[in-house]
Amino acid sequence: MGNEAIALGALAAGVNVAAGYPGTPSTEILETIAKRRTTDVYVEWSVNEKAGLEMAAGASISGARCLVTMKQVGLNVASDPLMSLEYIGVEGGLVLVVADDPGPISSQTEQDTRTFGMYSKVPVLDPSSVSEAYHMVQEAFELSERYKTPVILRPTTRIDHGYESIEIADHEEYKNNSPAGYEKDPSRWVIFPRLSFKNHALIEKRNEKLSKEFSRYSRNFIRPADGYDGRKAIATNGISYSYTLDALSGNACPEILRVATPFPFPEELAVSFLKDKDEVLCIEELDPVIERALIHVCGKYHLDVRIRGKLTGDIARSGENSVDSVKEAVSGFTGIGLTAASEPVAPPDLPVRPPVLCAGCPHRASFLAVKKAMEGQKCAYCGDIGCYTLGNAHPLDMTDTCLCMGAGINMAQGINRVDPETKTFAFVGDSTFFASGITGVINAFYNQADMTLIVLDNSTTAMTGHQPHPGTGQTLMGDVVEKVSIERVLKAIGLTTVVTADPLCFDQAVETVRRVASEKGVKAIIFKSPCIVRFKPTSPKSSVDSDKCIGCRKCINEAGCPALIIKDTKAFIDPSLCTGCALCEAICPVGAISGGGHNE
Amino acid sequence: MSKNIVLAGVGGQGTILASKLISAAAMKRGMEVETAETIGMAQRGGSVFSDIKIGDDINGPLIGRGQADLLIAFEPGEAVRQLPFLKKEGACVVSSRPVEPVSSLIGMSSYDPAAHIDYLRKEVRNLTVIDTDRALSEIGSSKVLNVLLLGAALASGELGLSAEDIVMALHERLPEKLWEINERALNYGNK
Repeated sequence: MGNEAIALGALAAGVNVAAGYPGTPSTEILETIAKRRTTDVYVEWSVNEKAGLEMAAGASISGARCLVTMKQVGLNVASDPLMSLEYIGVEGGLVLVVADDPGPISSQTEQDTRTFGMYSKVPVLDPSSVSEAYHMVQEAFELSERYKTPVILRPTTRIDHGYESIEIADHEEYKNNSPAGYEKDPSRWVIFPRLSFKNHALIEKRNEKLSKEFSRYSRNFIRPADGYDGRKAIATNGISYSYTLDALSGNACPEILRVATPFPFPEELAVSFLKDKDEVLCIEELDPVIERALIHVCGKYHLDVRIRGKLTGDIARSGENSVDSVKEAVSGFTGIGLTAASEPVAPPDLPVRPPVLCAGCPHRASFLAVKKAMEGQKCAYCGDIGCYTLGNAHPLDMTDTCLCMGAGINMAQGINRVDPETKTFAFVGDSTFFASGITGVINAFYNQADMTLIVLDNSTTAMTGHQPHPGTGQTLMGDVVEKVSIERVLKAIGLTTVVTADPLCFDQAVETVRRVASEKGVKAIIFKSPCIVRFKPTSPKSSVDSDKCIGCRKCINEAGCPALIIKDTKAFIDPSLCTGCALCEAICPVGAISGGGHNE
Repeated sequence: MSKNIVLAGVGGQGTILASKLISAAAMKRGMEVETAETIGMAQRGGSVFSDIKIGDDINGPLIGRGQADLLIAFEPGEAVRQLPFLKKEGACVVSSRPVEPVSSLIGMSSYDPAAHIDYLRKEVRNLTVIDTDRALSEIGSSKVLNVLLLGAALASGELGLSAEDIVMALHERLPEKLWEINERALNYGNK
């Protein structure tokens, strides 16, 4: 897997310290470091990306080679330390792996980390394949140390989650890097305006130099035309480079500029590429980074070349590229006749499958308890980032807003501030609570908000594959540590009502919501029940007595549990999916479902 | 030899393990392999696919439309969804048992699995429909759908691997207590 390759590359480069926060498609990098590390490598799941980068900055100042991993929106959280870190620089190599997600497949935004690199002035390396990612992470460390700057490696989902057979170094070949240790030097490590002014000039100069150096970097190259002698050419990067080669395989192929360093852009290489061309098609995902850079080069050097791509409507402005989308764009651009697949005969309606909460997921019970308790009242349900975002799916329909990590708490505050008639609820998961929920609660409490906080505590970071967090009492190093108690944190902030309840004791859960929500101020319910994927329940499964079932579908229409289906007009529970949570038993109006029941 | 294989299913059905078994078996035979998998939100009951490319000169793991030699589908509707990627003369192995989405159960969408099987029968020349309920009850486990389908994929002649290759990969990937039941599923599918 690409993420494993990146981790193994970092280990081969002698990484000493690795940190990050889970986020698709970046998560497996740190997990692989944890699995394959030698004993002297330190690795942690940080509470969020900002904490991870700051920890790494301290380690780098002390001479360690550091890796910090995150998904693209994680870089927003880490942007504060990153912007400043670029100004003071690093000592030991510091590489951020920031995974972009064109599509987006599992993300809130289609932001482009190459653009972020430009904005923060941090060099960006952009691999086209799994094996390239393995080597480029090692080159990123060299670059970082040579120029004393953080460096970003930016893979995209298809690289992160792509698999390829590659050659890797043995343990004995790993670079051995012993950190020199911390040395006091406030003239370097304290960011004051005077230092920023001085370093800003140096950074701009360095990036000019890097642009020249990158024109000679072997991963930026011009692939000669093959059987094509027109004056048109292609510029591309990342996975789109593979799509382009695949789309043109077996056909004439124009010259291709492959860009592996979108920032600083290899300007001299681009000039030599553009000089004998009439038109260039830029094939990239997310922002038109290469396209804009080439337009800039054309203007700067007075080159009469038409640059086409996203800005001219030749490449889609949003979403992923594919072999087929590239085929179509290249055919239209060059006139090379690439055979498109024939259109299939119109199929019947395809099943509509938005992702849903798993059968037996305790979040379903929590949402339903709130829904039932607040029936008939005007409410706003502010959701957050995690499995429980899926609470928005029908029939639950219990997520009215979702913005970014931790945002639901203060959005609930804001809605109620303007519209006091609306009762507001914020749903936040345990890992998200630690990542960026705590400051939100303090803000709401301090500013006299009136809202109910529902912490959905399933004792893991479920959506990204069950990583430990401060509440689990385990670290990525495998240590068992003191758990941070969400209940005690909330009480320490000053909340007087903090109730912990089991959502699967459904009637009691409904009653708890009714009672707590009627109070004034900021109050909290912690719905505590472990993730059923991580901690497989052993309780007996529920089943339907088809003689008693009246086929009213209430269970299906209220719970929307994937284990519940209809067989011959009666409800039926798929025993291979049922976990025995017994939520449907609490819903059935005629007592036709029984047998389940979790351990109370 | 080069082979492009698409696996299609619903998150949680075991497509990823099937994809890993095929890749591991191919790599054991010294072949180059690239694959792409759906990881993330869609794993929670959404449509998922895995692309596997085996052979020389692979440009990225994703398979273009009309480029797959074999489609292994865990569900009729998902077979139809991925069918545009199958070559005209390609083979398709499909489980007859539908996974009805919550959205259609609550009346917000419609899904008629029988119409999908009919469509596949019309559009695919080399089609194998597995009567999954019967097969799994005869095998004696509801958890071996993925390996049962791999068996049927072997029988289609388009997998490019032998039963021994898959068995070796099974032994490598699974605890010993699961070997017997999985081999039974593989043989059941490959007949």
